[in-house]
Amino acid sequence: MASEKIILSGDEAVAEAALCCGVNLGVGYPGTPSTEVLEHLSKIGGKAQWAPNEKVALEVGAGVGFGGGRTIVTMKHVGLNVAADPLFTLAYTGTKGAIVVLVADDPGMASSQNEQDNRNYAKAAKLPMLEPSDSQEAYDFMIRAVEISEKFQIPVMLRMTTRVCHSKCIVDRWKPVEQPKVFDFELAVKERVMVPAFAKPAHVRLEDKMKQIAASAEANVLAQKETGSADLGIICSGISYQHVKEAFPEASVLKLGLTWPLLIEPVKEFVSGVKRCVVVEEGDKFLAEAIRAAGVEVEAKADAFLFGELSVSRVKKLVAGDTTPEPAAAPGRPPQLCPGCPHRKSFEGLRDLNCIVSGDIGCYTLGTLPPFNAMHTTVCMGASIGVALGLRRSLKEEDARRVVSVIGDSTFMHSGLTGVAEMVYNRPATGHLLVILDNSTTAMTGLQEHSATGRYLNMEPANQINIEAVCRAMGVDHVDVIDTTVEHERYMALVKERLASNDVSIIIAKRPCILQIKKLAKFQKGGAK
Amino acid sequence: MSKAVTNVLFAGIGGQGIILASDLLSEMAFRCGFDVKKSEIHGMSQRGGSVSGDVRFGEKVYSPMIPAGEADYLVVLSEDQVEVCKNMVNENTVILTPAVLGDFDPGKSLNVAMLGALNAGLKLDKEIWFGLLREHFKGELAEINIAAFERGEASVK
Ligand SMILES: Cc1ncc(C[n+]2csc(CCOP(=O)(O)OP(=O)(O)O)c2C)c(N)n1
Ligand code: SF4
Repeated sequence: MASEKIILSGDEAVAEAALCCGVNLGVGYPGTPSTEVLEHLSKIGGKAQWAPNEKVALEVGAGVGFGGGRTIVTMKHVGLNVAADPLFTLAYTGTKGAIVVLVADDPGMASSQNEQDNRNYAKAAKLPMLEPSDSQEAYDFMIRAVEISEKFQIPVMLRMTTRVCHSKCIVDRWKPVEQPKVFDFELAVKERVMVPAFAKPAHVRLEDKMKQIAASAEANVLAQKETGSADLGIICSGISYQHVKEAFPEASVLKLGLTWPLLIEPVKEFVSGVKRCVVVEEGDKFLAEAIRAAGVEVEAKADAFLFGELSVSRVKKLVAGDTTPEPAAAPGRPPQLCPGCPHRKSFEGLRDLNCIVSGDIGCYTLGTLPPFNAMHTTVCMGASIGVALGLRRSLKEEDARRVVSVIGDSTFMHSGLTGVAEMVYNRPATGHLLVILDNSTTAMTGLQEHSATGRYLNMEPANQINIEAVCRAMGVDHVDVIDTTVEHERYMALVKERLASNDVSIIIAKRPCILQIKKLAKFQKGGAK
Repeated sequence: MSKAVTNVLFAGIGGQGIILASDLLSEMAFRCGFDVKKSEIHGMSQRGGSVSGDVRFGEKVYSPMIPAGEADYLVVLSEDQVEVCKNMVNENTVILTPAVLGDFDPGKSLNVAMLGALNAGLKLDKEIWFGLLREHFKGELAEINIAAFERGEASVK
């Protein structure tokens, strides 16, 4: 195939590269800004599927790699917290086929609950991490990640950030498409069974692999040096590189494509060739600290730049050491629940009954804003249930009886099931009430299907998990399914009754998201995208 | 380098077609032979929040984000977004709001009509524009959008 140039977002470029590498499976859980990778992979003919959560996604990916196939596992930054358990031990087991773990960080929190910098995970889990700075590199580095993963038999992390995921630029798709391959099973018990006797040598092997990677040609080509003025040298990676090139066109620049393991030799050589060397990075002072720990003196950014995204103007200030506060951008229109959104009625009821609402993450988190003011805690996906059960243990009885958990259907399948197990097993003296807002989609991240919608990622019909039956089977005392928009009186009466009792109860507020209804109508007309 | 790059900022409300307008301009710039980068902020746009798209094109573009104060054109589909974008403009920025269209109401083609108004300044090849619109919009929608583009362009001249 002749190379072909088109405009792609970073997410789309990764998907195109995954297709070229012949991945057997793309698997993940939706989360801004990573969601479009699997959606695009499916659209261009690759096999892609949504797992119930990121941990399961990575475990499925592990199996693909153990079998010898290639996989890309996608998630947003906080998804890696959920998947961290398999991640750390997969570093020990290694893999036969390529496992690429794409994590999309969100500095500036365009749509996230924290700004965690996942480069720290690469260091903690001892895995190589590549960081593309635009869509072309997203494409190229996905291919490099597959090569490194298979050569060194280790999962590779591909770290993107919101601006790399969602910005578009011209991409040269230079690699011909390969078909996925299947393999004979190969027994490798000492590599794949992590009991202490096998894990001890595996840890030693891992440290050794990381040293080999740091010394390899594959890693060293990813450190790109651009010699400019000797007065100012800048070390950077990812999107920061683009801002640096615009802010300081004359500076010497060292762009690290591989940010872990740190390649200290090219860094030393670069630093020795410039009078002043500044590390420009978003998020934590990860590179600066690693370089200094290796005994090379570089300037780290001021604490003021730990927060938010960088930009051309912020990079100028960072290099000048200027920490004066920046003019706040004018606030745009805040998001709100769509007019006609079924969540509205559910929240109006909880507000009018003066409930203490332990919330979760989804469109419905907007229930915390006026006119509802009906969500009082939000931590992470699935936390609504555990947090509420804890509240009921520490509040005085009249307040404990006002505590309600609220969770969406996608979040329930992601991490609500274990919360229900806790509720049924360690039931508080006052019982508890969980409201599942079942709008038949993952609306927040752009209407993705999940294990309880009855459709696959590509919209074909799938087995549908019956949430009501699951809750009953788990031993919940009362499970009611209700459309809170048409049976509002009944909803109010039920909430009151359940809160007054000492039972553990679930109300499933069931009515599809209005945008999901539109999407399905469009799909049925054959206009599926 | 900054004037070798043209910076167009689009702003509006979720659902108005800001992302499509910025995608079309990016594709257009690409077809005209420029390097191009596009970036967008669309947090939770389904719920009527502010949406913006930065398109930058020229010989070589690095950052995908328009630096504060450096928009050459600000195209808003909802008047109140002019205020939201005030830190992005300078005294030479051309600001285009739906008011430039006068009594022409393009309905759902507002985004394309505003691309026409923008092209009065950018002067990119109209045949390439029309080809692009025909690829993007099917059937009679293509002609409706081409007409909206032309009315938009004419209203600024
Ligand atoms: C661990 C983790 N993964 C993914 C996300 C991104 N995310 C936030 S809410 C959500 C699911 C929303 O779906 P649902 O619970 O059904 O609520 P809805 O938006 O449909 O109201 C997702 C995927 C996240 N915040 N944390
Ligand atoms: S997208 Fe759906 S769930 Fe989200 S606010 Fe709109 S109607 Fe409600």
